[in-house]
Amino acid sequence: MGRIVLDKVTKRFGSVEVIPPLDLTIEDGEFTVFVGPSGCGKSTLLRLIAGLEDLSSGHIEIDGADVSTVPPAKRGLAMVFQSYALYPHMSVRKNIAFPLRMAKLDQAEIDRRVSNAAQVLNLNDYLDRRPGQLSGGQRQRVAIGRAIVREPSAFLFDEPLSNLDAALRVGMRLEISELHKRLQTTMIYVTHDQVEAMTMADKIVVLRAGNIEQVGSPLELYNRPRNRFVAGFIGSPRMNFLEGAVAAKHGAHAIGFRPEHLGISLTEGEWRGKVGVAEHLGSDTFLHVHPENGGETITVRVDGEFSARHGDIVYLTPVAEKIHRFAADGLRIQ
Amino acid sequence: MATQHSRSAARLMMAPAVILLLGWMLVPLVMTLWFSFRRFLPNRPDIVPGWVGFDNYVRFVTSSAFWPSVQTTLIIVGGALLITIILGVLLALLLDQPMWGQGVVRILVIAPFFVMPTVSALVWKNIFMDPVNGLFAHLWRAFGAEPIVWLSDAPIFSIVLIVSWQWLPFATLILLTAIQSLDSEQLEASEMDGAPPLSRFFYIILPHLSRAITIVILIQTIFLLSVFAEIFVTTGGAFGTRTLTYLIFQRVLESQNVGLGSAGGVYAIILANIIAIFLMRIVGKNLDA
Repeated sequence: MGRIVLDKVTKRFGSVEVIPPLDLTIEDGEFTVFVGPSGCGKSTLLRLIAGLEDLSSGHIEIDGADVSTVPPAKRGLAMVFQSYALYPHMSVRKNIAFPLRMAKLDQAEIDRRVSNAAQVLNLNDYLDRRPGQLSGGQRQRVAIGRAIVREPSAFLFDEPLSNLDAALRVGMRLEISELHKRLQTTMIYVTHDQVEAMTMADKIVVLRAGNIEQVGSPLELYNRPRNRFVAGFIGSPRMNFLEGAVAAKHGAHAIGFRPEHLGISLTEGEWRGKVGVAEHLGSDTFLHVHPENGGETITVRVDGEFSARHGDIVYLTPVAEKIHRFAADGLRIQ
Repeated sequence: MATQHSRSAARLMMAPAVILLLGWMLVPLVMTLWFSFRRFLPNRPDIVPGWVGFDNYVRFVTSSAFWPSVQTTLIIVGGALLITIILGVLLALLLDQPMWGQGVVRILVIAPFFVMPTVSALVWKNIFMDPVNGLFAHLWRAFGAEPIVWLSDAPIFSIVLIVSWQWLPFATLILLTAIQSLDSEQLEASEMDGAPPLSRFFYIILPHLSRAITIVILIQTIFLLSVFAEIFVTTGGAFGTRTLTYLIFQRVLESQNVGLGSAGGVYAIILANIIAIFLMRIVGKNLDA
C-alpha cells in the first residue's frame, strides 16, 4: 500500500513562497519522478512528504490517513539521501539494521531481514565493513538496503545517483528500476536529470518554481508537452524553437521541433544553413546548424554514417506532423 | 616546488626556529637532570654541593607527601576532564541550536578562557567562595543554610571547579565545531529511521564527537597536569591540595632544595609520559579511523 495524496500543499520559508498551493496524487505502486531545474522546489516537496519539513498549509494523506502533522518515523516511508547519509562508525550490517533496532524488533527477525536485503542488493561480502571502505555504488546499495528492511509503504529517493560516475549511474538506474518491478512499492524519485526521469518513471512530474508544469507518462510528455518549458526540458538534445515569421506561417507565436524530427539533405529543403559543430556519438551525430537567415542555431540529429563537416551547406526540413505550436503565453496550441 | 634547491633552502630557513625550540626544551631538561643527581641547596652554605647518585630520587619517592600528591594530581585532572567534557558536550549541543544573539552568547561562553589562571582563581576565591562575603555564602544564607567554607571544607572540589570553569570554553569550542561538521542528512536519516532524540544523541552525535573528545582529553591532560596558579592562590597547597607540580615547587622554593625538586621534576616528566602513552593507546584508534 502506498497511495499518497497532496492537497493544496504550500511551503513558505519566511516570506518566500517555495511551493505555491499544489495538488498531486501518487497511486499505489507507481514510480513517480519529480524533475525540474535546480531550485524548482522538487527536493523541498519530497522533504514535505517525508515530514522533514513542516507544511505551511494544506494536507498530505498516505493511504487515506492524514499525516500532515505526523512525525517522519511514523509515516511508514523510507528515504535514500543524496549523500547516502550512512552512519560512518557502524558496519554495513549495523547500518542496515539500525531502523529495525529503533523499532525494537527481536534479533532473529532483524537478522532475517538484514540477510534478505543483503541478498537482494549483493551486499553479502561487505556486511562487516564500514561505509568508509566501500565504493560509491556500494554505499548507494547500503542506503537502499537500509530503506528496504523497513518494508515501507513508499520509498523516497533524493537525487540518489548524482554522486556516482556516469557508468555506475546507468547501472544503478537499472538496479533501482528492477527493484521497483520486484517490490511493486510506490517510489518517489527526485532528479534534475531528464534522462533518469524518462528511463525510470511511470509518471513524471515536471516542476518549475514550485509549480507543477505537467504530469504524465514519459511518452506523453515527449509527444505532447503542455507548454514551452516542458517541451524544452524533456528530450535530449533539447527541442529547437523558432519565433517570428516562420512561426506565424504555422499560426503560432513559436514553433518547436525536436532534433530527431528534422529531415536533412545536401541539395534542397526548407532552410539552408552552414554546419557549425558536429558531435559524433557513433550511432548518431548531432549537427549544430547556423541558418543562413541569421536565426538561432538549430540542432539536428542525423545517422552516425551521415558525413557532414564544419562549414558544409545543408538543407533542413521539419517533419510537418511533429511540429509543436506554442502561443505567446508559452502554452501549447492544440 | 620540491626541487633539491628549494628543499635545502626550506631546511635552512626552518633551522633557526628548530634550533631555538630544541634549545628551549633541551637546556632546561638537561639542567634538571644534572641537578637531580646533585646535592644543591643554595641557601645553606654549610652543605657542600656534590654528586649524590640516586639519593634525591629515593628521598623524593619515600617522602610521605609523594603518593598523596600523585593521587591529588590524578583526582584534579580526572575531575576537571569529566566536568569539562560532559558540560562541554551539552553546551556545544545548546550553542548549535539556532537562537537569537548567538554570536554574543558564543563570545561570552569563550570568555573565561581569556582570563589568566591567577586572576580567575582570585575571582573565585574572593567573589564566589568567600565564606563571609562570597556569592555562594549569600546564596546559602538566603536558603537558611550554613555557608560552606569551600577552600577548607571541600578544597579539591573547589580547585576542580575553578579549573573546570577555565577549561570548559576550550572543550565547548572544539566540540561545537565538531558538532557543526556533522552531516545534517545523517540526523535526518536517523530521524526517518525512527530514532528518538536520545537515541540520535547516543548513536549518531556522540560517535561523531569521539574524535573531538579524544583531542580535548589529550590536550587538557597535558595542561591540567601542570596546574599551579589556582592552587598557589587559593589553598597554597594546604588541605590535601598538594599536587605533584606543587610539591616540586615547595621542594625547590620553600625548602630551597634544588636537587630534590629536580628529581621530582624528572618523576613528573615520567608520569606525564606514562599517561600520554596510556591515553594514546586507548584513544589512538579513534584518531586514525
